[in-house]
Amino acid sequence: MKKEILNEARIQFPSCSANESFARAAAAAFAAQADPTVQEISEIKTAVSEAVTNAIVHGYRDRMGTVELHLRRYADNTIYIAVKDKGSGIENIEQAMTPLFTTAADEERSGLGFSVMESFMDKLRVKSAAGKGTTVTMEKKLNRREK
Amino acid sequence: MVKLYNDGKRITAALSGDIDHHTARLMRAELDDVISHSHPEMLIIDLENVGFMDSSGIGLILGRLKAMRENGGDIIIKNARPNIAAVIRISGLSNLIAEGVRT
Repeated sequence: MKKEILNEARIQFPSCSANESFARAAAAAFAAQADPTVQEISEIKTAVSEAVTNAIVHGYRDRMGTVELHLRRYADNTIYIAVKDKGSGIENIEQAMTPLFTTAADEERSGLGFSVMESFMDKLRVKSAAGKGTTVTMEKKLNRREK
Repeated sequence: MVKLYNDGKRITAALSGDIDHHTARLMRAELDDVISHSHPEMLIIDLENVGFMDSSGIGLILGRLKAMRENGGDIIIKNARPNIAAVIRISGLSNLIAEGVRT
């Protein structure tokens, strides 16, 4: 069954690192409509920051490109987040998702981005094709607070 | 931003603002500068005024930890907020977090 979408936003921005903070603030503001806890907002911000940083650092390694942040709020109080780039893509997704694996050690990338996304979100899916780009899709169900 | 408090062998680096890929580069330069010039035995990273940190902060801490340990020194992290402590736990660096350390 298709889930009912209560609200939706698509934001596109160039892959400059100053937009990492913009993207996570935008996601937090969108998710705030679902009345999340402080911890849930922190987790969403961190996961978005990781995905957007990956697009900027790895997707568009030697050039600028467009990153798309797609946000949805479903009626079951789930927040859906997709971060899409049309950059270099990932040759081996399994290897890329292995904790501590990085192709950018010289830039002090810790190789923990996907581990953080996995532990802070309920669902994580990575779709990528070499030379075509990467889309990271995440979902998090917010537990309604007692009113 | 990085504020430094130096008492000779121990240096406290009080970081503030968000730590992400964008800001970590500037903090890295400042921290490396103090490590190479002052050769502290202990670098205390105070995160009291850091509201956000993603895994870029882990890269920042790991890089400085390596530099400190190469010279026989070490790092402790203090005043990490719960959201930041959670990221540190994922990285396996929890043992660097000092509980209730005041300097």
